[in-house]
Amino acid sequence: MSETKKFLYVNRKAPYGTIYALESLEVVLIGAAFEQDVSLAFLDDGVFQLTKGQDTGGIGVKNFSPTFRALGDYEVTKLYVEKESLAERGLTEGDLQEITFEDEDDDYEEKPSIHLVSRSEMADIMADQDVVLSF
Amino acid sequence: MKFGVVISEGPYTHQAADSAYHFVKSAIALGHEVPRVFFYHDGVNVSTRLSVPPQDERNIQVNWTNLAKEHGVDLVVCIAAAQRRGLLDENEARRQGKDADNIAEGFRISGLGQLIEMGIQTDRLVTFGD
Repeated sequence: MSETKKFLYVNRKAPYGTIYALESLEVVLIGAAFEQDVSLAFLDDGVFQLTKGQDTGGIGVKNFSPTFRALGDYEVTKLYVEKESLAERGLTEGDLQEITFEDEDDDYEEKPSIHLVSRSEMADIMADQDVVLSF
Repeated sequence: MKFGVVISEGPYTHQAADSAYHFVKSAIALGHEVPRVFFYHDGVNVSTRLSVPPQDERNIQVNWTNLAKEHGVDLVVCIAAAQRRGLLDENEARRQGKDADNIAEGFRISGLGQLIEMGIQTDRLVTFGD
């Protein structure tokens, strides 16, 4: 299977309350083994998935947010976050976890994985994909 | 054209499994190929052979089983999502020490890799869900 396609995983829902976010991340992790060109999009309530300081102790479900920081090790290094979705929820980039990857093409320099993009830029990113999976 | 189909909502609660069924039937009737359908999230619940809807309602599982039989569509149920929701085939039931299995004919349990592979190998991936 040598063909490489552009895969975009679209995350639109809050991390807890429904299982979509967790099961989306499971697809991303398994999919990483297929060496495709992977990007993740976070919009609508999906932006809450990347917030720092998540504490699920009170609701008895697993806090899976640390897993996002491991995505770089799976060569998943493009996380696009929609600016408008952040703003509409009173969030700024400072509310998000710091997620980085080591760029093997640039002497393993540590670089940020999160890119803030506008709604229209997000539309362009989506239009550019071969496969879009929406969660 | 070659279509891959994802169903990500549960039967009867949501129309996803019905709409996908009509889509796949129509696509095949029009000469397209649908090699695989992947059931994820609550969509895995379509695959239980123990659902007994009222007789004057459609039986979503039976519809899919018949479609698989007639057209050789590969109905794949995500193992991780299935195990969370109590859907086991004979092997998994034995392995997990459970006293029953419930996967209907025509469905098979496998991994998320089958979803990615479907995305790579088809021309279009169509998701039915929210």
